[in-house]
Amino acid sequence: MSEAALQRKAGHISRRAIWSRVVIAGCYAAGAIVVLPLALILGHLIVKGLPALSFSFFVDLPRPVGEPGGGMANAIVGTLILVGLAAIIAVPVGVGAGVYLSEFGRSRFSGLVRYTTDLLSGVPSIVVGVAAYGLVVMPMASFSAIAGGVALSILMLPTIIRSTEEVVRLVPQSYREAALALGAPRWKVIQQVVIPAARAGIVTASMLAVARAAGETAPLLFTALGNRFWSTALNKPIASLPVMVFDYARAPYDDWNRQAWTGALVLVMMVTGISAVLRLTVRRVAR
Amino acid sequence: MRAVRITADGVYRAALGGAAALVFAVVALIVYETGRGAGLSIRTFGLGFLTSTAWDPVTEKFGALPYIYGTLVSSALALLIAVPLGIGTAVYLAEIAHRRWGAIVSFVIELLAAIPSIVYGVWGFFVLAPWLRNGLEPWMIQNFGFLPFFRGAPFGIGMLNAGIVLAIMVVPTIVSISREVLLATPRSLREAALALGATRAEAIGVAVDAARPGILGAVILALGRALGETMAVTMVIGNTNRISLSLLDPGATMSSIIANEFTEATSPLYVSALIEIALVLFAVTIVVNGLARLLVLWATGGRRAVAAAA
Repeated sequence: MSEAALQRKAGHISRRAIWSRVVIAGCYAAGAIVVLPLALILGHLIVKGLPALSFSFFVDLPRPVGEPGGGMANAIVGTLILVGLAAIIAVPVGVGAGVYLSEFGRSRFSGLVRYTTDLLSGVPSIVVGVAAYGLVVMPMASFSAIAGGVALSILMLPTIIRSTEEVVRLVPQSYREAALALGAPRWKVIQQVVIPAARAGIVTASMLAVARAAGETAPLLFTALGNRFWSTALNKPIASLPVMVFDYARAPYDDWNRQAWTGALVLVMMVTGISAVLRLTVRRVAR
Repeated sequence: MRAVRITADGVYRAALGGAAALVFAVVALIVYETGRGAGLSIRTFGLGFLTSTAWDPVTEKFGALPYIYGTLVSSALALLIAVPLGIGTAVYLAEIAHRRWGAIVSFVIELLAAIPSIVYGVWGFFVLAPWLRNGLEPWMIQNFGFLPFFRGAPFGIGMLNAGIVLAIMVVPTIVSISREVLLATPRSLREAALALGATRAEAIGVAVDAARPGILGAVILALGRALGETMAVTMVIGNTNRISLSLLDPGATMSSIIANEFTEATSPLYVSALIEIALVLFAVTIVVNGLARLLVLWATGGRRAVAAAA
């Protein structure tokens, strides 16, 4: 081989080596750029939300425009009520369906249920809101906490079903066999052996779904609507933190905009707080 | 004794099965309600609803085209930004990262996925919009103003802002699934490539190639999320009924028009038109998600946990 050809070959290899470095550097850069927005968002939340965060924010009602101060106590309580309602509806159904899929999951019917669950998890939350409007708001002829709870429960279902199925399936087969060998009927095996063994996981799954639902805004806009006053009535419109943040952020008043940031900060603390606590406790249980 | 046991088992199983069957009922009810609510609008406007640009509550002429356009363009823009970054990050996490750094990046991405969409909206409205208005958009107009995509005034609010916020929101979906799919490809692929003299990047390329269907599934799943996303987009897109080639102009999406006008809609036909938009959005996301899940299942060889992670 001529010297020129060898050199060309050497040049070729080094070009490939350089290209390799470039690609890998690009991957590092992509990772850095993806992390950046979170730092920015959390930073702004703290800088803009923290100044107005005080005890009164949690215990005071919203004040009329122009009056400084006031809080979002009604919205915080409203969100807790809405999420509580949603959990009361969605957790029994979701856990039941998840256990069914894990324990009797080989039938054609189960395949269909799995497919439908996946489908439901892809439905945009605003569409669920529209459906809940037709299903609950129209017959009741009023926006209500119940309608909001129903909308949120529909959004929680897929998460609970799928995670319950996963964690119940992780219970060792030998538990079931041992219980059956002792003469326990199938339903007792599931109810008194399998479900207790998976309890930590089921609770985690449900709480994660609750955390996610607490941040939902779109399905509440025309179900729970919102309320500037104190209300815990289930058949009346009720305030919620996300909807209040939305209203305050769009309002043309600086004071409201500041409170929107504080509301957003509280919302993020609620949602990520639940997730973080769960992660820690689950890790401990798993050990 | 035995008969009683069988009955108890049967009742228990039926109760659990009933809970499972409720999922059908819920989906059926959503379809039924949106279909019923949209009926009046469907009868009045027919297929022309999808191609009309009119939106006039006074004369009761409604058409969905500007919103369909807005949804498609904002989602496409989001994917344009999120796909390269997401795949790059997934490759970094699956192939390159040291354990500790990888754990940190993974944690951050999980956090991104947990932040409520209204918070992204507040950030996009109060922080990103001024940045775009005073920084990026004037620069784009000055340097690329000859292209129709960068004409107009720098509002800060509009299609570009929506695209960027959506990109931030869907990146976690792309990263987490692509990483799982990459980790599911056999180690031997990379080893064989390296043994043949491939560089590190070329060996990674072989793995990415093998994971392609799954990565495509992740991208389409992200598309499904972007199409249906409501609150963040409603806050940053400007909510204007118009079709403009320029990314700097305000627009509206199917979800943002519903969020904005549903409680204000007074006449039955107005409400019905909004519900028909919800129905169209529902249909589009079902098709997109169905396609994505098939691809992810196929790419991971039926490892449902991965598909479910989405």
